[in-house]
Amino acid sequence: MRKVLLPAGLLVTAVLLAALPVIGSRALVQDLFMVLCLLVLALNWNMLAGFAGLVSVGQQAFVGIGAYGMFACVILWGMDPLAGLLVGGLVAMALSVPVAFFTFRLNGAYFAIGTWAVADIARLSLGQWRALGGGTGTALPKSAVQDMPGIEAIRTLIGGSRAAAVDALTYWLALALVLAMLAASWLFLRSRMGLGLQAVRDNPVAARSVGVDPVRLKALVFLLTAFGTGICGGLLFIQIGRISPDAAFSLLDWTAFVIFIVVIGGIGTLPGPVVGVLVFYGLQRLLADYGTVYLIVLGLIGIAIMLFARRGLWGALTRRTGLDPVPLSHAAPRPAPTPDS
Amino acid sequence: MSALLQVTALTAHYGDFQALFGVDLTLDPGQTLAIIGANGAGKTTLMRAITGIARVTGGSVLLDGQRLDRMAAPEILRAGVAMVPEGRRLFPSLTVEENLRIGAHARQGSGFWTLSRICDLFPVLRDRRDHPGTALSGGQQQMVAIGRALMSNPRVLLCDELSLGLAPVVIREIYAAFPTIRDSGTAIVVVEQDIGQALKVATMVHCMMEGRITLSGPPESLGREAIHDAYFGVRHG
Amino acid sequence: MIWLDTLIQGLMLGGLYALFAAGLSLVFGIMRLVNLAHGDLIVLGAYLILGIGTATGLNPFLAAVLALPPMFALGWLLQTVLLNRVLGDDILPPLLVTFGLSVVIQNALLMGFSADSRKLPVGPVEAQSLALGPVNLGVMPLVTFASAVLVIFGLNRLFYRTALGRAFRATSDDPVTAQLMGIRPDRVFAVATGIALVVATIAALYLGARANFDPSTGPARLLYAFEAVIIGGLGSLWGTLAGGLVIGVAQAFGAALNPEWQILAGHLAFVAVLLVRPRGLFPRAND
Repeated sequence: MRKVLLPAGLLVTAVLLAALPVIGSRALVQDLFMVLCLLVLALNWNMLAGFAGLVSVGQQAFVGIGAYGMFACVILWGMDPLAGLLVGGLVAMALSVPVAFFTFRLNGAYFAIGTWAVADIARLSLGQWRALGGGTGTALPKSAVQDMPGIEAIRTLIGGSRAAAVDALTYWLALALVLAMLAASWLFLRSRMGLGLQAVRDNPVAARSVGVDPVRLKALVFLLTAFGTGICGGLLFIQIGRISPDAAFSLLDWTAFVIFIVVIGGIGTLPGPVVGVLVFYGLQRLLADYGTVYLIVLGLIGIAIMLFARRGLWGALTRRTGLDPVPLSHAAPRPAPTPDS
Repeated sequence: MSALLQVTALTAHYGDFQALFGVDLTLDPGQTLAIIGANGAGKTTLMRAITGIARVTGGSVLLDGQRLDRMAAPEILRAGVAMVPEGRRLFPSLTVEENLRIGAHARQGSGFWTLSRICDLFPVLRDRRDHPGTALSGGQQQMVAIGRALMSNPRVLLCDELSLGLAPVVIREIYAAFPTIRDSGTAIVVVEQDIGQALKVATMVHCMMEGRITLSGPPESLGREAIHDAYFGVRHG
Repeated sequence: MIWLDTLIQGLMLGGLYALFAAGLSLVFGIMRLVNLAHGDLIVLGAYLILGIGTATGLNPFLAAVLALPPMFALGWLLQTVLLNRVLGDDILPPLLVTFGLSVVIQNALLMGFSADSRKLPVGPVEAQSLALGPVNLGVMPLVTFASAVLVIFGLNRLFYRTALGRAFRATSDDPVTAQLMGIRPDRVFAVATGIALVVATIAALYLGARANFDPSTGPARLLYAFEAVIIGGLGSLWGTLAGGLVIGVAQAFGAALNPEWQILAGHLAFVAVLLVRPRGLFPRAND
């Protein structure tokens, strides 16, 4: 029964979400675009920190690099923004190689600092790129965005302005990215490599002794998440339309929020980021009028989760009910870990 | 005469694994008690349970009527039970002298054992006071570990596997210090795999097997054969 | 001659970074805790000094002395109530808790004091300078540098010459055996974090006296401080001073070439040092 219910529920949700630009308001589309992008970033960060044990606080580096890559393609080389997305993602992945080479030398917590320093280096370096506006940044030409393939078709489908059609297109791309990330995560985590990764996380010594090479696996995850994060960065800034180093490499927007989303939802669980982003969005709507209070509440919730429920809301739910609708293991489920372990 | 240390029906777990099954033990003042048994018999867990490092899941430990089994390790030391842990476990970033001094970390007031008395007991340490503790030979490290435990002026000293990995001549040198320790008013419990050594110093011997005490008595009353059987788990029907 | 001047300015700046880093280095050396809220706690200290100064009319230097006990208490409490509960083999919980704390402190300060930038009014000493041969040295940078050396020296004495320092090192080596010595690791950690916040308050004094600060100043400064700790070698206090100086000098020379390159040059020096010496300049032997 449950085996049918879950995919069916997912399918209905996906169809509803896909139909949103046709039936919903433009403001809602823009809102949910942001939610979906945060979810993509959260899925990527969860992969890094929750499964590969790489606690990065510098993922904004890849958001910014992907966004700047896309901008460079459009403004300097007259490419289509959608092609720019792909280039941005690839550039992010290519740059993640030297970044990994450097940051992987740092143990544990100092890896976090290393990634943060790298992100700041990226921010400051791109601030020197005069052709893209230097420190103050630049805007994406409206014409380039509104000439993206499919815009006319979307206009006829949803009715409305070209700008609304751009919103719809970026929204659908974000939705596609979420679905692709979810599917890729699921497949990866249940693959030999993914199981090896979880084995490394749970017991590095034992995993090494049965032939899992943790460094190679972690490097692979680092590269792939840089790609996902870079594409998401490009997409975000097609929609935002304006770039500056501070916005593209924002620690708060692209890493801090993402960390809270994952922690609240359940780090190291696949559905965790989805749960987390819903809570995040709900809180944001609820406390929209109290900017700073919202962040304080978010911080306090994050701390409370780490103190009382390390696997977040999803982990607490599966432990309480004893059910895990999204099992990652092939074998019989292990006994739930004790809270103080 | 009331017992100094009274262990009653003690059970303890090592993770999910139960390592002690209702151990009873009595230590009188001035006594030296030896606990012998093969690897995995639960000797070390018993020591760790008494000192608050292993989780006690049942039974009680009383020191002069005071319950220790619900205290944390630092409080148990303050109450008067010190341990020389298996493997000596000197602090690598402390010198020999600092390793000894840290043994007196929780001490209030004065007592018999001072830095100079420890150096009288093990004269070889005097010249090496400024060396890093872990730069010494195994035997000398063991002396530091014993001295470190004595620096708290304990009423009960637990020694876990003193002779492990040491040459016989070094073991004899270490055990030669026991009469002085006993005369200072400290009762001793030694855990040993080296039966011969244990029988020489002990006034009472317990054999452990699979988390239980299987044989007890003064060493002279226990035949070699009975100890041997208890050690290797041969049961007489 | 301009190079000598830049070098000396860089060393002075490095002293400030070493002050930011000293508390971090101490805490990391003892309990392997990376406190991502350290920078925000320094900014909190600066506001506390400002508040005490405004309320009592005292000079910031004296106000800072009054701020030391409450900051020690705050550190003690923070460790006891929060951080001790998340220390363990898993590095994730302490990182995320201090990250959350950083966001909470930053925004609480923003609520309480707005985003306006402030400065600690240290008076005429701010503008005074000494002519040392060909180089003109500001008195405040010089005092900052001297304080940094003094703080590092003091922490080092504490660490290697006192009973408390002995307990710090023993607990850091082997917390279980330390308990057998009657040491309560939780309390040792609480005292260590208290001391770290005392040092943070001293750092706060110079942060606020030398430049403007606002609630969001913390994280950037924290990054320099962490770089200093890491390239100094984990757990080495003198290494932290050296690390601070490396970052400071690199930033000064970067700024001399192009003002926009100041921060970048510091980061690049950090990367360069770690590429050559992955464990930093003065790594502790047993890590």
